[in-house]
Amino acid sequence: MKVKNEVFNTMKLTLPALSINESVCRAFTGAFLSCLNPTIEDLCDLKCVVSEAVTNCIVHAYGPGFSGREDQKLIYITMTLFANRTVRITVRDRGVGIPDVEQARQPLFTTGAGDERSGMGFSVMESFTDRMTVHSRPGQGTSVTLIKRVR
Amino acid sequence: MIQERARVRLEYEDGVLHAAVYGEIDHHSARPLREELDQALYKYRPRRLIISLKCVSFMDSSGLGLILGRVNTAEDVGAVVEVTDPGTQIKKILTLAGASRLANLKIQG
Repeated sequence: MKVKNEVFNTMKLTLPALSINESVCRAFTGAFLSCLNPTIEDLCDLKCVVSEAVTNCIVHAYGPGFSGREDQKLIYITMTLFANRTVRITVRDRGVGIPDVEQARQPLFTTGAGDERSGMGFSVMESFTDRMTVHSRPGQGTSVTLIKRVR
Repeated sequence: MIQERARVRLEYEDGVLHAAVYGEIDHHSARPLREELDQALYKYRPRRLIISLKCVSFMDSSGLGLILGRVNTAEDVGAVVEVTDPGTQIKKILTLAGASRLANLKIQG
């Protein structure tokens, strides 16, 4: 019998793009996943990918190229937990967008050379999850969806 | 008002600068760490910079940027960088970036 992949729990977070919220988002991630009693490794992986995605919003989406108001710099996070222990995390912004997503996904690619960016954010997100999809529209924003089955 | 997420304890002896990092290294906490480490590198001009990650409970790719950036500063003053005691998670990130293949960076433990 096939187990239906039902939604077990969901969480939505909207936070201003402040760097202090990187650790806040990690803490929420840990709290949301705690009911799965995940391995330390899975928990660390997922905290890390959320940290990467949120950092991208702060550094790039709402970076120097963003022309909107300060109170428009918001990060929207949606987490969905399915009955088969799969977690789907979407981190979305309404920032500058990425002109070339394929290029941005390449290891070591970065536009933020001045601020010592490693260019490994997307690579970390991709390798620490089962699937990563990135949708972006210049001037509209970016949405990163990360999916991982938790052991 | 806001507590720092990470701090570093520095000790200099016989050409070796020991830097023990405590806490969580992310984009937020990396900047003060970077400033403190660079100041110490230019002040002491050591032969070796040893960064201990034993007490680092979290690190993402911003920490990688911090380490690789210090390898550059260290080169400026003629020092090599050693990273000690990275946890499982940190090792995965260092491996992913191919950090262990860098000539001026040694990873131990």
